Amino acid sequence: MADKKRTTIILFTGDYDKAMAAYIIANGAAAYDHEVTIFHTFWGLNALRKDENIPMKKNFMEKMFGKMMPRGADKMGLSKMNFAGFGPKMIKDVMKKHNAMPLPELIEMAQEQDVKLVACTMTMDLLGLKQEELLDNIEYAGVAAYLADAQEGNVNLFI
Amino acid sequence: MNAKKVLDAKGLACPMPIVKTKKAMNELESGQILEIHATDKGAKNDLAAWAKSGGHELVKHEEENEVLKFWIKKG
Repeated sequence: MADKKRTTIILFTGDYDKAMAAYIIANGAAAYDHEVTIFHTFWGLNALRKDENIPMKKNFMEKMFGKMMPRGADKMGLSKMNFAGFGPKMIKDVMKKHNAMPLPELIEMAQEQDVKLVACTMTMDLLGLKQEELLDNIEYAGVAAYLADAQEGNVNLFI
Repeated sequence: MNAKKVLDAKGLACPMPIVKTKKAMNELESGQILEIHATDKGAKNDLAAWAKSGGHELVKHEEENEVLKFWIKKG
């Protein structure tokens, strides 16, 4: 078989709706038989957080970040009409009605489809996130590893 | 039309019809036909593009009581 096509996505945002778009594209691309990489950096790392509190040794700033950022995909807010957390409740209700897949399930499905989920280690350090707090079976890398995938890419998105 | 397998993707939203179609297609041999039922309005364009890109053939499609039916022959 010919070389597989490749889709690479940088997930920078920590917004539920934008992350959902990224993961829908990633899952679609995987179904298109692409090799797919999602590189999570800055607020996008929160999509990879486990939802439970994992006690880690952290300094004051890291603890603050840890508390103020959403713990996992399901806790993320909307980019528009968040209404202090009421917006996500409304949209999840609408999504259920329309049979749209919620973000945590989209992430699970991406992993099932062998989408490569990468966490940016530099921004993990900035935000004080530790490997133990993030999902299992993800990779840790920096800009060079991302570029290695992206330069072979056919579709490349920054979300 | 002689479908080897029927995939019920009714009620599923994007990207599920495509993801499920791909999974079902993996289980077929080249030349066999997969029949897909979907209700997502985007499915028509999605499946046509997907089949073309993957080297499959969209043999036929029709609409019946708001259900979109597709027959795709594996390439």
